[in-house]
Amino acid sequence: MTDVAKKTDADPNRGGKPKDTNSVTLTIDGIQVTAEKGELVIRVAERMGIAIPRFCDHPLLAPAGACRQCLVDIEGQRKPVASCTQTVAEGMVVKTQLTSEVAAKAQGGVMELLLANHPLDCPTCDKGGECPLQNQAMTNGRADSRFKEHKREYEKPIHISSQVLLDRERCILCQRCTRFSEEIAGDKFIDLMDRSSGEQINVYRDDFFGGEGTGDGQAGDGEGDVPFNSYFSGNTIQICPVGALTGEQYRFRARPFDLVSTTTACEHCAAGCSMRADHRRGKVLRRLAGDDPAVNEEWNCDKGRWGFQYQVATDRITTPLLRDARTGELREVSWSEALLAAAEGLKAAKGAGVGVLTGGRLTVEDAYAYAKFARVALGTNDVDFRSRPLSAEEADFLASSVAGVADVTYEDVEDAPSAVIVGLEPEEECPILFLRMRKGHNRKKLQVTAVAPYLSRGFEKLGAALVAAVPGDEARLLAEDPAIAAALSVPGALLFVGERLATVPGGLSAAAALAARTGARLAWVPRRAGDRGAIDAGCLPNLLPGGRPVSDPAARAEMSIAWKVEAGALPSTTGRDTDAIVAAAAAGQLGGLLVAGVDPGDLADPRLAEQALDNAGFVVSLELRHSAVTRRADVVFPVAPAAEKSGTFLDWEGRLRSFGTVLPSTAMTDGRVLEAIGALMEVTLGTGDVMTIRRELGAMPVSKAVRPVAPAVAAGPRPEPGEQEAVLATWHQLIDLGSMTEGDAVLAGTARPPVARIGRELAATLGVIDGDAITVGTDRGAITLPAAITDLAPRVVWLPTNSPGSALRRSLGVTAGATVRLSAGRPGPVLASEVNS
Amino acid sequence: MTQPRREILQKLTPVLTKRWLSPDAWKMEVYERLDGYAALRKALDVHPDDLIQLIKDSGLRGRGGAGFPTGLKWGFIPQGDGKPHYLVINADEGEPGTCKDLPLMTYDPHSLVEGAIIAAYAIRANRAFIYIRGEAVHAARRLRHAVAEAKAKGYLGTNILGSGFDLELVVHSGAGAYICGEETALLDSLEGFRGQPRLRPPFPAIAGLYASPTVVNNVGTIASVPYIVLGGPEWWKSMGTEKSSGPMIYSLSGRIANPGQYECGLGITLRELIELAGGMQPGHNLKFWTPGGSSTPLLTAEHIDTAMDFEGVAAAGSILGTTAMQIFSDQDCPVYATWRWLEFYHHESCGKCTPCREGNYWMVRTYRRILSGEGTHQDLDTLQDTADNIFGRSFCGLGDGAATPVMSTLKFFRQDYLDYIEGRTAPRLSAKALVGAH
Repeated sequence: MTDVAKKTDADPNRGGKPKDTNSVTLTIDGIQVTAEKGELVIRVAERMGIAIPRFCDHPLLAPAGACRQCLVDIEGQRKPVASCTQTVAEGMVVKTQLTSEVAAKAQGGVMELLLANHPLDCPTCDKGGECPLQNQAMTNGRADSRFKEHKREYEKPIHISSQVLLDRERCILCQRCTRFSEEIAGDKFIDLMDRSSGEQINVYRDDFFGGEGTGDGQAGDGEGDVPFNSYFSGNTIQICPVGALTGEQYRFRARPFDLVSTTTACEHCAAGCSMRADHRRGKVLRRLAGDDPAVNEEWNCDKGRWGFQYQVATDRITTPLLRDARTGELREVSWSEALLAAAEGLKAAKGAGVGVLTGGRLTVEDAYAYAKFARVALGTNDVDFRSRPLSAEEADFLASSVAGVADVTYEDVEDAPSAVIVGLEPEEECPILFLRMRKGHNRKKLQVTAVAPYLSRGFEKLGAALVAAVPGDEARLLAEDPAIAAALSVPGALLFVGERLATVPGGLSAAAALAARTGARLAWVPRRAGDRGAIDAGCLPNLLPGGRPVSDPAARAEMSIAWKVEAGALPSTTGRDTDAIVAAAAAGQLGGLLVAGVDPGDLADPRLAEQALDNAGFVVSLELRHSAVTRRADVVFPVAPAAEKSGTFLDWEGRLRSFGTVLPSTAMTDGRVLEAIGALMEVTLGTGDVMTIRRELGAMPVSKAVRPVAPAVAAGPRPEPGEQEAVLATWHQLIDLGSMTEGDAVLAGTARPPVARIGRELAATLGVIDGDAITVGTDRGAITLPAAITDLAPRVVWLPTNSPGSALRRSLGVTAGATVRLSAGRPGPVLASEVNS
Repeated sequence: MTQPRREILQKLTPVLTKRWLSPDAWKMEVYERLDGYAALRKALDVHPDDLIQLIKDSGLRGRGGAGFPTGLKWGFIPQGDGKPHYLVINADEGEPGTCKDLPLMTYDPHSLVEGAIIAAYAIRANRAFIYIRGEAVHAARRLRHAVAEAKAKGYLGTNILGSGFDLELVVHSGAGAYICGEETALLDSLEGFRGQPRLRPPFPAIAGLYASPTVVNNVGTIASVPYIVLGGPEWWKSMGTEKSSGPMIYSLSGRIANPGQYECGLGITLRELIELAGGMQPGHNLKFWTPGGSSTPLLTAEHIDTAMDFEGVAAAGSILGTTAMQIFSDQDCPVYATWRWLEFYHHESCGKCTPCREGNYWMVRTYRRILSGEGTHQDLDTLQDTADNIFGRSFCGLGDGAATPVMSTLKFFRQDYLDYIEGRTAPRLSAKALVGAH
């Protein structure tokens, strides 16, 4: 198992910066201290253990000096100075509230003024109990207020998005939220409005900012509101030092002192965010961004923050289900009955072959259990974690360039001079990687080059240069485009490839070759949390755990010893990948399927995948919620969601993100269920508990197997769409119909509205303007969405992969790079003759 | 009304105001006839560095209130840095009582335009902006007309008078915020952002407008430049005092016979100025006055002989400011006057920092209560303490300006407050003023 954190510690050439000799010596409260030049007084004091009260100050935001709470007395200065904006200087003598009457008086004065208009509704405020204003008012404020006048009032609360509510009277106008939105997220959708004591945070309410106002720039009575449209809006709630910003999901649900907090890791994408989950009475009530400077700093995305309602969804499976031979319906059965049925069924199906399909929700430990189960209990290499369009080239690439590799870290991203991104839309597919790139771009010197069909809003926020790519043409561009080569030739340059590049013939080959040629470091960024770990755990038809090639006898021998199986017992031929398993099962050539965390709608051909489930002799499903798989399965086992088990995710860097159980529950891990099935198949799996698996993985020696060479697949032909046709571009939007967020209406309210993007020329050809309906079709079906005219490569149409009204793979049966038909308006009635022809 | 004595009349030094009474002096032909654009021709023949030295030699200090030496400010602009330089003229005159820049721009706009061209040439700026108060529609119209005339004449645009120097001068009207008279808020507003003061450093001389080196000068400062170029520093220094050189436009308002602008050498006294203004109105005796607008600490009748220059006023415990003297008599109530000023500062606070935003909200309400006859003795302590908590604690000087009249009147006229609180003075406001959230 690879782990970036370990590697960083071990390697002196990485991580820690050379010690800065630019230091100054100053005195704070009579204590001499050495600080780095440019450091802020408030930070130096904090390092010394002197807490200066503050509100607007935030270590990850630029100094503002707005709240004035952190005033200190500096010798030689006429007035008290805001320590959050004052940088240190040689010989400076600082006195904080601890040693200076002036500073204490100034701070007390500001505190009293802050409270003048702040409603003392702490007993009903969500923030009460964890509120910086409340806490600091207790430590630095007066016992009683002298303010006798009428307090400011506002309509309360206002929804600034479906998730975020704002109680303006509680706001102390520290501007952390607006500064975060502008500086960090780049989504300036909230701002200060009005002035003086009427100053407030609000959303834009006139049509200058894209809302539907009255047309003359006047506020349209709320009609023109532009909601707080940001994937990172939840962070503003977390950094609000009062209870002014609250989240729809948590508002009025609990008091902080009744919650039990657990540090955990986010299960939604490969960013690997640290997270804090707060629960009470057996239910997770909220999640917050965890504090991990190496990974997510102090931020997370809204999906990670709010996408946990699936744990309590009504369609969550809680008992084993068995298909009744008589009625053909699933019925609730005991664990022993279900386990026996699964074991018998799999044993019977083994002869004709059982394919194992796993999805992105699996932890490393669970993925390892499937990898082991496939090899040891089912005797097959037909196991694949890729529940999405894929290629054989990709499996080779993952074996050569990803498994066991941890070459690039977040810190590298921040400090890199140049990054080329291909097959990846960071804001949608790995939001925290996006934030770190933005930090590198805004605060340091990172120049981003995007190889994409258009410069998305996310790429605009990264200040990216665009190498316009028609989907399918990326391989050729990587090989030939001089701008890409130049961007990667800068020392320290990084090449990011997303999982979507797998569908471009030759794409990953070209990327590996380009990295080798330019010396740029390569990072493969999958979309789901479990994907990176599944590779190293061996959930691939060509790889055993630890990146050992199945075709290598030495690698197999290593695993035979580790797994205590006979030499030669492990299958030696490369197995079938997801597509081949699906095709074989659909053709009735497979005895059974073991499926976990896979939505057939995510696979390259959902219709075929469902046929596969229908035609496979025996289907076992391990799942959280009912799905298209459980509906077709013979045996269904409930498994634990991330909050109810411990485990590890491997983020895109290859960094271990281990987490403990948040909520004690009776739900079992996938590994535990597999072990129980295995036991009834006379196989001892040893995957029953997470610690055992970790010990087994930890004890595994480093493989001596030779790493395969990178694939060298030739680039495919450039797509040539005909009249009324275009090449399809697509990717997932962050918040879409994914199975873990499905049904969460509040979260869905912050999703970007699905549109079909076309270029100007195509729009002119079709005679449509922004907002007109256009229909994108294939022989299988059609999707009609409002057009969004975008600066897109010619003859390309972009659709969201899995958003409301655009379940692309299911409706069209194709993916990026395919040629699709375009027409204006909604499709007319389909004639029988057309269907038949 | 009394006639000023001859020796007092001789104290008038009409320099910047000299054309104000000439009919149509705002027109190019009249301005040119009255020495207009002569200084520009002279300046363009001189090396910019020598111009900066000339201004340094003259001892010209900023007319916007702070009195910073102008030549020094110009000298801060890094030369040869490859960045564009900007000249920004602060014409957002909005301080209560101050009315020196608007008449200048109305009656003699070309003197500002000419000064702007010379100043821009000196600091090597090819773009200059006049940020004029939005409400000053007529002055802005005159200015724009003057800029158009100057451009038509070749005083603006490319290769001005064959010197190879290019300058675009833009007249930009503000949107009615007093805070935009604060130079960094002005720059933000000019850039199209919300007008709120910026964090300093960096100072405008290094990173001002569009993060480039920028000089921000008051109208009076820039309009003085052509006269210094024509008359020379020695002539300029023949007016005023040693450390506060040159003439200054004093705007007098209040209980005097002839309110208006009186241009005299720095260092004149209020006693002399009142005489120039025809004396106090009949039946009125001087009680208190502002030396330089409402944000400067008040002075009283005992300060009538204070020299009105930067040093003299400072010695009296106040600030020269914009030399806007609001003169109040024994028939005026200092508590009421302070409340009116506070309403202004409360209305104009930008809201960025806590002391100014919340402190003014609080003080305004306390004054309303006192003036409605519902004040308490404790209110006076609270007012004093709140003013102390604003003064020197706010982000920019606006908060200081708001706290100043409170502190001054509490210091000099505590009895007037007590008269309201103890019922000796009839309430000036009805209890209705206390109703409502805002």
